[in-house]
Order: sequence, then structure tokens, then C-alpha cells
Amino acid sequence: MTAVEEAVAAVRDPEIRVLTIADLGILRGVAEEGGRVTITITPTYTGCPAMDVIRRDVESAARRAGAAEVEVRTVLSPPWSTDWISETGRAKLAAAGTAPPPARTRPGAVALTLTMRCPRCGSADTEELSRFGSTACKSLWRCRSCREPFDSVKAH
Amino acid sequence: MNDLALADDALIAAQRLAEWCSRGPELEEDIALANIALDQLGTARLLLTRAGAELGRTEDDLAYLRTDREFRNCLLVELPNGDFAVTMVKLLFLSAYQKLLYETLAPEDDIAAKAVKESAYHLDHATLWVLRLGDGTEESHRRAQQAVDDLWPYTHELFEPPFEALREGWSVTVEPVLAEATLARPEDRWRPTGGRAGVHTEHLSRLLAEMQVLHRAHPGATW
Repeated sequence: MTAVEEAVAAVRDPEIRVLTIADLGILRGVAEEGGRVTITITPTYTGCPAMDVIRRDVESAARRAGAAEVEVRTVLSPPWSTDWISETGRAKLAAAGTAPPPARTRPGAVALTLTMRCPRCGSADTEELSRFGSTACKSLWRCRSCREPFDSVKAH
Repeated sequence: MNDLALADDALIAAQRLAEWCSRGPELEEDIALANIALDQLGTARLLLTRAGAELGRTEDDLAYLRTDREFRNCLLVELPNGDFAVTMVKLLFLSAYQKLLYETLAPEDDIAAKAVKESAYHLDHATLWVLRLGDGTEESHRRAQQAVDDLWPYTHELFEPPFEALREGWSVTVEPVLAEATLARPEDRWRPTGGRAGVHTEHLSRLLAEMQVLHRAHPGATW
């Protein structure tokens, strides 16, 4: 990776601070031509209020890494889903107390609603408190074993 | 025309849902309604930006500087929130429609492809609540049935050309939910219309007055 690519990939998501935008899977590409850099990102949810901050952050990260001219493009296709979260991203989420989404789905696989494993004690005896959580991409759960409430990234 | 109609549906629905913010029946539901409003607003912004590109206007121009006669949303979304049953029945009718519509457009439309998953989530949420309210207490059933009866006439407008083919799929989604919720499907009688042509109820003017006041008082203001 070039210095600019590394700097852009290391930008953190403003709402899920433990993840970089590369971990979250919303960084779609960094193209360099001379001093001109084009960064392509995609939103998790259409109304994600963090997109403006992310746009600003990737632009300044690229400039700090030496890019003379930066363009940030937003694409919608292919649409983001939780399958875009990297394995590293999943591990970081779990370590930070947010349940990662269910394992990646294969095309054609039957979608099942699986219970979330508690990121604190590991128990599968959990219940969904609300399908909507503190940000557009999370839902709210509680562990029946250790009684702790926790966030989960919505299967999407 | 399609972009503007669908954008306005989403924008006005977002504004109505946002009125619940801090007034939800419980904290989790307050957050849920605000989240759904945010999704609707996100779709509205994308569609308004695209519609604006053809008209030489920005998303803010279109949202804040049109009069009621220039809005193309269906009447259903501008009706007042009423009680929680009205809001949830309205969301059931709207999200079932939006999901089908976005699915139909998705193969060639990246905004629709993105919005379809969000609509499916809204539909799930509304379905759960309509079942709980309809098949709940005597009072919740009474209110849910009243909401269905009051809102049903406004669903006909959703399927005016070019979307008349979607009515069947919509019925297949909505009617089993009503049946399971022990709610009667109303007869098809009155068919209020006009929204797509810019002829709205008085409720839209009041909604716009609140939504647009800041921008009109301070043109071009940004954060």
C-alpha cells in the first residue's frame, strides 16, 4: 500500500471508533494519478449522519499523507451489507463489547434470524430489546446470563 | 417525475416520524421511530439530489424552497401522526409500498437497491406492532381498526399509473398482516387523490411551514 492508501484506510468510523473505515467495509477504493487522489466510499445506511465527517476525515488524511488534490466520491452500488465487515473488524467489535453481525452469508443461503452471542460473557442466552439502537447500524440486546445490555451490528 | 414523487414521499414521511422524537411511547420506540425517519431522510436526500441534477437545483432548494403545490408526495404521508396506532398502520402501508417499489426499480437504480433493505426492516417493525396492537387489548384493537379504516382510502393513490401493477403484491403483503392482527380489511370506497399532481391536504402546508421556516428566514444557512 502507498502512504496515502494507508492513511485513508486507517481513518476511524466516527460512531464506531474501534473500527477503521477499511474494517467496516465502507472504503471502496483509493486511486492515485500523479498528485491527484480519488477516494471512493459507500454509506452503511442512506441516512448515516457520519458520512459528512468521514468525507472530511479521509480528505484530510490523504492530504496529510502528501496528496495534492483529493476527490471523495460516494457510491451506492454494490450496496453495503454487514458481509463487508472484515474478519479483523469483527474481532475488534467483539473485543469492544459490540456483538458483530452473524457470520457471512453465502448467496442463495436461507436467511435465518440467529441469536446474538453476548460479547462479554459469551452466552448465547440473549434477547433483543430493540431492533433499533444508538446508531442507524446497531440494535440493542441484553444477555440473560450476565444481565449486561449490549449493542449489536444489525444483520443487514 | 418518479424521483421527485418518491423523494417527497420519503421526505414528508421522515418529517412526520421525526415529530415523535422525545414523544415515543417508550425509549426504545422513540429511538426506533427516529432511526426510521433517518433512513427515510437518507433516501429522500439521494433522490432529491438526483432529481435536482436534472432540474439544475440542489437538494436543499427542492426541500426548502418549493411551495405545497410543487410537492409530489402521496397524501398518506402528510396526514397527521394521530396516535401510535395511526403511525404504525401508516408505516405498514407505506413501507410495504416502498419495499415493492424499490425492488421493482432496483435492477437499474442504485438508490432503490440501497433503500430496499431499509424498507424491509421498516416493514418488519411495523408488522410486529400492528400484530401486537390489533391482537392486543380491546382498546388497542379498537384504535388499530380505526387507524386502518381511516387510512385505507389513501392507499389507492399509491397505485396510480405508472405503479398500478404493484397493488396486488402490496395486498399480498398487507392483508395477511391485518388478518393475523384480527383487523378487518375495509371495503374499497372513497379514493382521495391529488398528491402526485400537487393538490394536497391542508396538513402539508403546516408541515412545510415548520420544516422550511429556518431556511426561509436564513437563506443559505449551513452548519
